[in-house]
Amino acid sequence: MSGLMQEMAGKALKLGTPLSVHLDVTYRCNERCVHCYLDHEDHGEITTAEIKDLLNQLAGAGVFFLTLSGGEILLRKDFFEILEYARELTFCVKLKSNAIIIREGEAQRIRSLGVESIQVSIYSHRPEVHDAITGVKGSLKRSLEAIQFLKSHGLKVIIANVLMVQNHEDYPSVRALAAELGVQSTLDPTITPKMDGDRSVLNLNVDRLELEQVFRDESLVGNVPEFCATSSKPDDDELESLPCSAGHTSCYISPYGDVYPCVQFPLPSGNIRSQRFLDIWRNSTQLNEVRSIRLRDLPSCSKCTHGSSCTRCPGLAYMEGNMRGPSIQDCEKSFARTGIPSENLLSRKASISPLIQIQSLRDIGAGLGPIVGQSAC
Amino acid sequence: MSQNLYVARSSAVAARKLGGEMMIMSGRDSTLFTLDEVATIIWESANGLVTLDEIVERRICAEFDVEPASAARDAKTLAEALAQHGILLISREPILDSNARIGSAK
Repeated sequence: MSGLMQEMAGKALKLGTPLSVHLDVTYRCNERCVHCYLDHEDHGEITTAEIKDLLNQLAGAGVFFLTLSGGEILLRKDFFEILEYARELTFCVKLKSNAIIIREGEAQRIRSLGVESIQVSIYSHRPEVHDAITGVKGSLKRSLEAIQFLKSHGLKVIIANVLMVQNHEDYPSVRALAAELGVQSTLDPTITPKMDGDRSVLNLNVDRLELEQVFRDESLVGNVPEFCATSSKPDDDELESLPCSAGHTSCYISPYGDVYPCVQFPLPSGNIRSQRFLDIWRNSTQLNEVRSIRLRDLPSCSKCTHGSSCTRCPGLAYMEGNMRGPSIQDCEKSFARTGIPSENLLSRKASISPLIQIQSLRDIGAGLGPIVGQSAC
Repeated sequence: MSQNLYVARSSAVAARKLGGEMMIMSGRDSTLFTLDEVATIIWESANGLVTLDEIVERRICAEFDVEPASAARDAKTLAEALAQHGILLISREPILDSNARIGSAK
C-alpha cells in the first residue's frame, strides 16, 4: 500500500468511513471450480433497482473502492447497466471475473467505462490442469484470449492464482505467462471454507513442505530471510492494533443484500433489503463487536510469537468457531514461513493424547480399572 | 488571469470526498491524488460550463481571504497540473460531451 493510500485508510478509519466495499452481484457461475466456497444457485438476487439504490447509498457513505465480483459478474444481464451506474457515481471500480465470456466488445466496453482493474483467475498454464479445476473444457484458452482483449484495450489486468494440491507445481509458469502477457499476477495460498461451513474443500490446501518452498521463493517474497524471520511476541502498541480492515473500513455485500465484515468473514450483520446501508454500517451489533476486537483480546494469538507478524484472518477464525481465536490455516502459514510452531499449534499438540493409553498397574491403584483405554479425543 | 479557460472533471477518474479532501484515482495509471480544501472546491465546480476565473471569483475569493490575482494564478497552476495527469480537462470552449471526457483521459 502506498504512503498516500495508507494515509487515506487511516483517515477513513478515524472517520468511520467504509472506504471499500466488495459487492458480489451474483453467485451464479459458468465454471465449477473445485475450491469454490459458494453455492451457485440463485436464491433471489437483488434487482437492478435495488443495486442502484445500494450504490447511491454507498457513494453517500463515502465508499471509494468498489469491487464487483461473484459468481461470474457477466452472467447478470444487467451487468453493464450496473457498472455504468457505478462509474457515474465515480467509484473506483475493480472487477473479478473468470473472463471466459469476455470478447472484443465486452473488453472495449469495460475499458470505456473507466474500470480501474480486472482480476482474472488462472490456475495453471496447462489446459488439462486449469480446465480440471474450473470444470470447463477450453476455459484456459478462453480466459487467456479475454486477457489479451482486455490488455489490448489498455486495461490493467491481474492474474489471480490460488495454490492448491492440483496446481502447486505450476505457479512459476503462471507467473511467467503473466509476464509474457504484460499483466500482473498474484498467488493466494489460502483455500476458504464454504460459506455454509463445509470444510471439506480445505483438503485442497497444499501441505506444509510445499508451503515452505513457496515461502522461500525469492521471486515471490523478495528478501527470503526477512520474510521468514521470526518476530518477538507483540509489544503494547501491537497489542492495541486491529486484526484487519474487515468491518473497520471495508465490508462485503452478498447478491441477496446481506452485509458481512468481509467476503471471508460470513458473520451476518444486516440486510440492505430491510435497512439502510449506513444504519447497518454504524449500528450493527455484529460489526461493532468486530470493531471492538484488538490483538490484546485474542487469548492465544496475543501470547504467540507470531502475534505481530501473522496474517491471521479473523474471518477464517470465525469459521473455525471463534472470531477471537486463532485461524489454524494462518498458524500453518506462520509455521511454514518461520519453522516455529504457533502458540495454537503447540497447545493443540500438547492436548492431543495418544489414541491408545497404556496405564501402569501402579496408576490404576487397586487394579480395578482397565489397563488399556481409548482416549476421548 | 486564466484567459477564460473552461475546466471539466474527467469522467475517467474515480473520486470521493473524505473528510473535506477529495481522493482521486487517475484512470490513466491508477495513481492516487488528494486535493486540499481549496483544490477540492475547484474540482467540484469544474463542470465544463464555467471558467476557471469564474470559479475563483465566485467560490474561492468569496469563501477565503485571498488576493484575486494570486488565487487565479494558483488555480491555473493547479488546473494545468491536474490536466497533465488526465484528471481535469481544460478548453477554451465549454466542455459539453461527457462521453468525450471519458475517452480523452485514456
